[in-house]
Amino acid sequence: MLRALIKKEFSQIFRNPSIIRMMLAAPIIQLIVIPLAADFEVKNINIAVLDWDHSTYSEKIVNRMGASGYFVIKEVAHSPEEAQAALDHGTVDLVVEIPARFERELVREDEAKIFLRADAVNGVKAGLAMNYSGQIISQVNQEIRQDFVQFPRFSPVPTMDISTRFWYNPDFNYRHYMAPGILALLLVMVGSMMCALNIVREREIGTMEQMNVTPVKSYQFLLAKLIPFWIIGLVSLTIGLTVCYLVFGLYPLGSYLTIYLFAMVFLIASLGIGQIVASFSENQQQATLFSFFFMMMFVLLSGLYTSIESMPDWARYLALANPVSHFVDVMRSVMLKGSNFYDLQHRFWALVGFAVLFNAIAVLNYRKRAG
Amino acid sequence: MKKIIETQGLTRTFGAFTAVDAISFDVYEGEIFGFLGANGAGKTTAMKMLSGLLAPSGGSATVVGFDVKTQSEDIKKQIGYMSQRFSLYEDLTVLENIHLFGSIYGLKKAELAQKAELLLEQLEFTDQRNTLVGDLPLGWKQKLSFSVAMLHEPRLVFLDEPTGGVDPITRRQFWEMIYAAAHKGATVFVTTHYMDEAEYCDRVSIMVDGKIAALDTPHNLKRQFNAPDMNDVFLQLAATSVARAGF
Amino acid sequence: MNTFLAFVIKEFRHVLRDRRSLIVVIGMPIVMLLLYGFALSNEVKNSRIAILDTSRDDVTRTLTERLDASRYFTVVQHIDRPEEADALFRQGKVRAVVVFQPSFQQTLLHTNAASVQILADASDTNTGNTVAFYISNVVRAYQNELLDQQKLPYRINVETQMAYNPQLKSAFNFVPGVMVLILILLCSMLTAVAIVKEKEMGTMELILVSPVRPWMMIVAKALPFLVVGLLNVAVILLMAYTILGLPLRGSLFLLIAECGLFVLLALSLGLFISTRTNSQQVALFISLVGLMLPSLVFSGFMFPLENMPKPLQVVSNIVPTKYFFSILKSVMIKGLGFSYVWKETLIMATMTLVLMLLAIRSFKIRLQ
Repeated sequence: MLRALIKKEFSQIFRNPSIIRMMLAAPIIQLIVIPLAADFEVKNINIAVLDWDHSTYSEKIVNRMGASGYFVIKEVAHSPEEAQAALDHGTVDLVVEIPARFERELVREDEAKIFLRADAVNGVKAGLAMNYSGQIISQVNQEIRQDFVQFPRFSPVPTMDISTRFWYNPDFNYRHYMAPGILALLLVMVGSMMCALNIVREREIGTMEQMNVTPVKSYQFLLAKLIPFWIIGLVSLTIGLTVCYLVFGLYPLGSYLTIYLFAMVFLIASLGIGQIVASFSENQQQATLFSFFFMMMFVLLSGLYTSIESMPDWARYLALANPVSHFVDVMRSVMLKGSNFYDLQHRFWALVGFAVLFNAIAVLNYRKRAG
Repeated sequence: MKKIIETQGLTRTFGAFTAVDAISFDVYEGEIFGFLGANGAGKTTAMKMLSGLLAPSGGSATVVGFDVKTQSEDIKKQIGYMSQRFSLYEDLTVLENIHLFGSIYGLKKAELAQKAELLLEQLEFTDQRNTLVGDLPLGWKQKLSFSVAMLHEPRLVFLDEPTGGVDPITRRQFWEMIYAAAHKGATVFVTTHYMDEAEYCDRVSIMVDGKIAALDTPHNLKRQFNAPDMNDVFLQLAATSVARAGF
Repeated sequence: MNTFLAFVIKEFRHVLRDRRSLIVVIGMPIVMLLLYGFALSNEVKNSRIAILDTSRDDVTRTLTERLDASRYFTVVQHIDRPEEADALFRQGKVRAVVVFQPSFQQTLLHTNAASVQILADASDTNTGNTVAFYISNVVRAYQNELLDQQKLPYRINVETQMAYNPQLKSAFNFVPGVMVLILILLCSMLTAVAIVKEKEMGTMELILVSPVRPWMMIVAKALPFLVVGLLNVAVILLMAYTILGLPLRGSLFLLIAECGLFVLLALSLGLFISTRTNSQQVALFISLVGLMLPSLVFSGFMFPLENMPKPLQVVSNIVPTKYFFSILKSVMIKGLGFSYVWKETLIMATMTLVLMLLAIRSFKIRLQ
């Protein structure tokens, strides 16, 4: 009986062109667009320079900022009003003002000022802009000092020589970073949204009633819905991985087996959520809204978009209870760091737990008989 | 004669509204039982309770020997059902629908294939076997739906307004199919609006405001109400409806 | 006029009766605001790091304490050998490992140069760089303290000012984004679906045959969503003002007018979508994937526009939300006037007009 039900699902799915289109198009579009778009790095900060001094030192500072790679000198302002307008219009993110007699004051009175004004609507960006500028100015400061003061070969001051080595993505390839997360997102969509919509559609049309009056048991009905979408999910994943390789040159450092193992369990959990959503929805519109809502919440709290560590405690607990956050981490770890099953086994059991829990709720919730 | 449906004070409420008000009646095996009533009188609700789709709020009922409250899944194995909203899968072919519901009711492959062929022949659908059900005209869909409901030869079949919107010739053919099924020993429990169809039934019950206002053979009812046809019987009873009084 | 009113009332009833949809539609922006306001941030905070310190002297211990005390980091482990770092990274236990060279303090005192190496997990590109940067800042700050014992000549002092948002509240960035999202969701997607549903159910023909003119039906369908949408915006603004401390600078009138324009734009989009399909499923699908996703991605709300590759930036020019988002930021947060946003306003108005014309034409053709 189960086989007949599954056969029916597949026949229906393949006759529906929009589902096939989604299955193929979704991974491709998302994987190409989002990693390309998602670049949070603070770079190319546009600055406006208001240099009243036009001295060697002021120009040195300005040139150093422009050459640093962090900043782009978008505008050279000739009045405070111009600078402010640039900031207001959003043309620049930072205004660097060097007052008149800057050089003279620095040399004669040992102290001079520079004014920085940042567009702080994006607080993080402003903070980093200030930080980078501060560093550059301080470096130039030190060089200026060395013009005047002879420093012995061994510096009289203790210096700590700081060096940084980046592991596992030394080129800081954002696409490589986002891609595994997007693959996870794909599976969430297939599971929660597509499956939920499919079930609710049957309810809307009335064929679900016909099913309810037959001897088909709840778990059989739900299982017959789960299996085809599970397979579709894995196919989407495969397409996704292929696209990753062809478009970004990204292939997993770890083993494919690990990826698929985790994906299989995660899909089951995701489909369970979809089935629960379906049981609460009276029509397709509600099903779409609910799945969209849950997807949003899950994605925002998953570490895909912002890091979990920067969240307050209560949010971190929510993230723990979120299967997507576990899976996103697994995907990133396996693909970018080569983590293996043993490294991630606690996540595996968490996902298994979720899969069992959600599907159990779905089966218990599904009433063949109303009232 | 054996009773295949027995109800005692079967009731269903939705909040403050009583849709089915303590009805008690029996249906005998092998009869064609017409379940009539105006819209909103409670017919569909009653039928859903008997077929295990809706739980009763009160009273009791036994269908094919099983209790409706505690053994609804057992009931489902023995009955066929054809809903008002026509629920075969429109995006599956005729043959696929037959195979699907056949296997659901436990028919083995060989037997199922045989029955499928037979069914297709009877309905003259043999060259339509691969047509999507959604592409069939309404009358054909109804006939197919009924045949699929009868595929596993259930002892009792529920038909909810099976001939709605269908032309007179197809209606006639449909009733011939019903007769054939009854002849083979199946009990047919059918709700309908068409009063002329009421004449085809062995016994008829008429629901008004959630209660059974009349239950007898068409012949007796016409005599009782001094009416020339079932239509008139129905109108007389419907006029007594409290719910309609406000109209 | 009476027919129209009757229609409007019917549509309001439809929308209000679908309680579950309403819950999502009203609840989602509230939840998003709360999440963005209190849970999500692009900042680096509480990053887990490990220390490799074979020297264990005063200097290294002080530095370790400094790092642990900083709100940016938590020291979760001490390791003894560099090989252990790999396992820690693979298991996702730390974001960075700070390595002090052996005999750190001694080397520092005798040669005045000791090395601190930061191993950062760059697989998290969002924070990898920043984490390393902040670590080196802590080290540098400590070093400057040691330096400060001698006051240095020729000091350049930097005075900083954070404009528009002195307290660096992140609410400023996302509240406009949430507003945009909810308006698009309501006024485009749900409106489109409502109209298509009528077509699907077949009742559209009834309407076309009745004294109700087509435009009446469409306006009546859009009205409840418009009202709910604007109500939602009001709730969002109120919440932002009271709970998140977002100041509302700039002219309220201009803000409302721009919101109104955007709503019209969204409605036209919804209308346009509804003329393109007869199936609810497809309408939902187009709205979600064709509308929502680009609106989120290309508006500058989720990802900074200036970082995107040029072709994507070009694409963002045809996405209406980009303009509305920028207008909101200028008016609400920077408190600027119309002279700063007239260009975007014009673009939005043009888009609205074009979409409406296309939709009306499509509709008329179908009537033939």
